[in-house]
Amino acid sequence: MNLAIDIASWLLLAAGGSLMVVSGLGLVRLPNVFARLHAAGLADTGGSALLLLGMALQAGWSLVTVKLVLIGIFLFFTAPTAGHALAHAALLGGISPDDKGESEDDDEDDSPDGRGG
Amino acid sequence: MFSPRTLSLFAVLYGTWLLLSGIWEPFLMISGAVACLLVVVIAHRMDVIDGEGHPIGLTWRALLYYPWLFWQIVLSNIQVLRLVLHPRLPISPVSGWVAAGQRSSVGLVTFANSITLTPGTMALTVMEDRIHVHALTQGGFDDLVAGEMNRRVCQMEGTGS
Repeated sequence: MNLAIDIASWLLLAAGGSLMVVSGLGLVRLPNVFARLHAAGLADTGGSALLLLGMALQAGWSLVTVKLVLIGIFLFFTAPTAGHALAHAALLGGISPDDKGESEDDDEDDSPDGRGG
Repeated sequence: MFSPRTLSLFAVLYGTWLLLSGIWEPFLMISGAVACLLVVVIAHRMDVIDGEGHPIGLTWRALLYYPWLFWQIVLSNIQVLRLVLHPRLPISPVSGWVAAGQRSSVGLVTFANSITLTPGTMALTVMEDRIHVHALTQGGFDDLVAGEMNRRVCQMEGTGS
């Protein structure tokens, strides 16, 4: 039984970690600010949820799990707010959301795009 | 002062305190109760305990809505994952306005948050009756325009048919 929980927990942690990596890959591969924000959304939702679930399985039925659930709830409500603020800032900054191609100053806008997700 | 809403706020605050502390000593439990009571009294005097600050009326319908939203988040996670890993990167970014039928600000914020939470779509600007959305694919945008999510948030808010 313990082994089964351990395996499930490690699978979840590995899946969450991989999703974080793919999210980072998306940040690099996608062409402009708005498209990159979608890739960051992977880390905000799926990545953090899978990691928290994996950690909750390790912690078992304890107060630690309660705290992990609380972290999940807070992330669930604050992550979209942060994403919205960033997208709106880009919009107000004069970047057109309908621009299909690469952004012009692609070399320079690498750092403002990353949310550290 | 002792409306169901204030009592519920106190219960939520005190429950959070107890769960986060996890130490069942009388001194800590009593000081927790005093602190929570103080917060409730201050919030009451600031007049922020209303349908927006502590929307208890939504609880049961929200319990129906959020599982559906979780499932949508799972589906769109897989979708964006495949887009990012696809060698040719087959994205078709698009932006436009999506109708929002919610009447309360809590409902509207829930709708905008749900759009942003599902990877592949993102709320840029929120107006009273519509939301400016950026989507990674034309398909994702069309799904939002079709209005399934809008209808479900309206239902949660209690204004849906």
